[in-house]
Amino acid sequence: MTDLARSGQRLGSLAGKLLLVGLVNALAVYGLVATYAVRDWGIFAVILVATAAVDYVYFSRRTLASRYLLPGLIFLLIFQVYVVIYTAYAGFTNVGDGHNLDKPRALQHILAVSEKRVPGSPPYKVQVLAGPDDRLHLLATGPDGRTTLDGRPATGVPADHRVLPFRDLVGRQQEVLALRVPLQDGSLRTEDGSTGYIAKPTLRYADDTLTDTVTGTVYRATERGYFESADGKVLTPGWKEVVGLDNYVRAFTDERLRAPLLSVFAWTFAFAALSVLTTFALGLLLALTLNREGLRGRGIYRSLLVLPYAVPSFLSALVWTGMLNQSFGFVNHGLLGGADIPWLNDATLAKVSVLLVNLWLGFPYMFLICTGALQAVPAEVNEAARIDGAGPWQLFRRVTLPLLLVSTGPLLVASFAFNFNNFTVIYFVTGGGPNIPDAPITLGSTDLLISAVYKVAFGGAGREWGFACAMSTIIFLVVAAISAAGFRRTRALEETYS
Amino acid sequence: MTRWFRVYGWRHLVGLLALVFALLPIVFVISASLNPRGTLTASVTLFADASLDNYRDLAGIPYGFWFGNTLWIAAATAVATVLLAASGAYAFSRFRFKGRRLGLLGLLLVQMFPQVLAAVAIFLLMAQIKGALPGIGLGTQFGLVLVYLGGAMGVNIFLIKGFFDSIPTELDDAAKVDGASHTRVFFTIILRLGAPVLAVIALLSFIATVNEFMIASIMLQDPQRKTLAVGLYGLISERLSANWGVFSAGALLGAVPSVLLFRFLQRYIVSGLLRGSVKG
Repeated sequence: MTDLARSGQRLGSLAGKLLLVGLVNALAVYGLVATYAVRDWGIFAVILVATAAVDYVYFSRRTLASRYLLPGLIFLLIFQVYVVIYTAYAGFTNVGDGHNLDKPRALQHILAVSEKRVPGSPPYKVQVLAGPDDRLHLLATGPDGRTTLDGRPATGVPADHRVLPFRDLVGRQQEVLALRVPLQDGSLRTEDGSTGYIAKPTLRYADDTLTDTVTGTVYRATERGYFESADGKVLTPGWKEVVGLDNYVRAFTDERLRAPLLSVFAWTFAFAALSVLTTFALGLLLALTLNREGLRGRGIYRSLLVLPYAVPSFLSALVWTGMLNQSFGFVNHGLLGGADIPWLNDATLAKVSVLLVNLWLGFPYMFLICTGALQAVPAEVNEAARIDGAGPWQLFRRVTLPLLLVSTGPLLVASFAFNFNNFTVIYFVTGGGPNIPDAPITLGSTDLLISAVYKVAFGGAGREWGFACAMSTIIFLVVAAISAAGFRRTRALEETYS
Repeated sequence: MTRWFRVYGWRHLVGLLALVFALLPIVFVISASLNPRGTLTASVTLFADASLDNYRDLAGIPYGFWFGNTLWIAAATAVATVLLAASGAYAFSRFRFKGRRLGLLGLLLVQMFPQVLAAVAIFLLMAQIKGALPGIGLGTQFGLVLVYLGGAMGVNIFLIKGFFDSIPTELDDAAKVDGASHTRVFFTIILRLGAPVLAVIALLSFIATVNEFMIASIMLQDPQRKTLAVGLYGLISERLSANWGVFSAGALLGAVPSVLLFRFLQRYIVSGLLRGSVKG
């Protein structure tokens, strides 16, 4: 390569680098402006630090390795490490439905909701306007004749605003009712979009208590994250509050919760272990059977048998749901000629069914890796064993299987960890059901820990995120312990660090 | 004859039984997708009737959107995952730097915590991001891809590093003597010779993304923005029996890209997995 070509190439790659880093910086500036506008300092700081890191790493001369690590690292830190740490933290809080805000915002919200018209206050003439970004604004003319827009002096409807037509006033009633313009003695609000009035909160905040100025009831801030009166009445919304070990204590001591949770816990282990065992057994059996020189149609068997692995598993899981349906399904009415077997509706049968479906989904994978591992076993090994007088069973038990387990061992551990959190199969085939009676949260007899977390967090009525996060943390500890044990038994670690 | 059976015959018997088990659901779904009556009950009789009505009915639901969304989300995730993980693996394989061992150990630790376990935290984080940057926050597919990329480095980096380690460093050195920069070595030598393992990672990432339901379901609410997994699950959980025909048609079409990709890359998978697992 000539020097000229070389320096040309350098110049080209420098230009490429400048362009990419420039693009990152441009996006970052946009992000900084946008986050500044909504005063979200957390995200603001993250963007600032990440961009500074990018600029330093790609222009300093001493950071070669980091240039290749940084992009992946940024994603890893935000969407894997941070969320995990946040999960662990949220497990100690009561975050969830009714407890999403921090305390100052919850207070603000409660006060705003409690606002009532000041008796006898003069009416304002108001118009609701929509700004260029379609946000609503309040144009008001007071009893003194002065016109204001959102509290600031104005002369009329600004050119880029439009008066909200009646139809929209009705359609966006919630937004109109939420409009409030802070004034000196209260705030200006409207109910119908044409008349405004001065409103004041009926609650007064002092010393961490709210006092109702009409009835005199006192609401105290409690550790549950609510303003609560002496007779137990609470003001909504509550706020996010650190509750310590409450979630964990609840999981382990609540009588009605403990039994279902324990059964879910045990079933999760059983499901993962049995899934690995059954899929490996069938995959190995087929690999041993079909991996024979001179067997005709070997290729056809192999390419058809791996089809279940190639089809996306959520699709197959849904197909099986339909096939196993008690009243209309193919298995009962097509194969068994009108049987009425509750494949998915009986606690025990449902467990068998999900294991069967998971066997169908998983055996081709095991078949593939067992075939691969079998073909890697040198022929001399088998030959030597045979000469030493080993029968077929002994050959398999003492030679082939140990050799197979060495090469597939780590994959079996990985498969266990995967099935431990195999949300798709459970959620799509049985939905975790049939439900365990009397459980205070909806838990089913085929629920895994992970699908239980999903139900607690996002299923149905009460979203109990804090409790869900505590459960996630428990799962993490369990999986980490298993993986650590598994990895110690393989030599994966030593080899990785060579 | 008996000798033939002892050596080959029983193998065919086992093989055929396995084929019946493996193909039954697939045959069933093909038959159901062609059944014009389109209910679960009617699908019980295999190939009772054949028409393309169900496929036509797919136009009545946002199936096209789901299909397209899934394709681009999975493809973008797969490509970006390969790039991020490969460059990370290159750093660990070819450079010696402070914190290298610690970094590898950290990755091993982090990847044990699957993202689905942090679903709540991801939901809250994306809701917060939506407040400031609506383009990449909750409800956007772009945001979903960003979330998936958080898992890009975890497992994959070990598989890829194991492969890169087996590419002789003499090749790098020779190129460097010729004046190639480390960037050039990465793109022209390492990425090219590492193609087999990168293909496996891309395929596994693609399939995993197509299959991902939990995070996609909490991120995407708008019907036209959903992925196949979220959309088809909604179709089934709404009315299992009545929607069966349409679902079957959609499921069959939805499986095509994954099956095709798999056919092309199948031979790499086994060698890649076994090799990676042994090498760590």
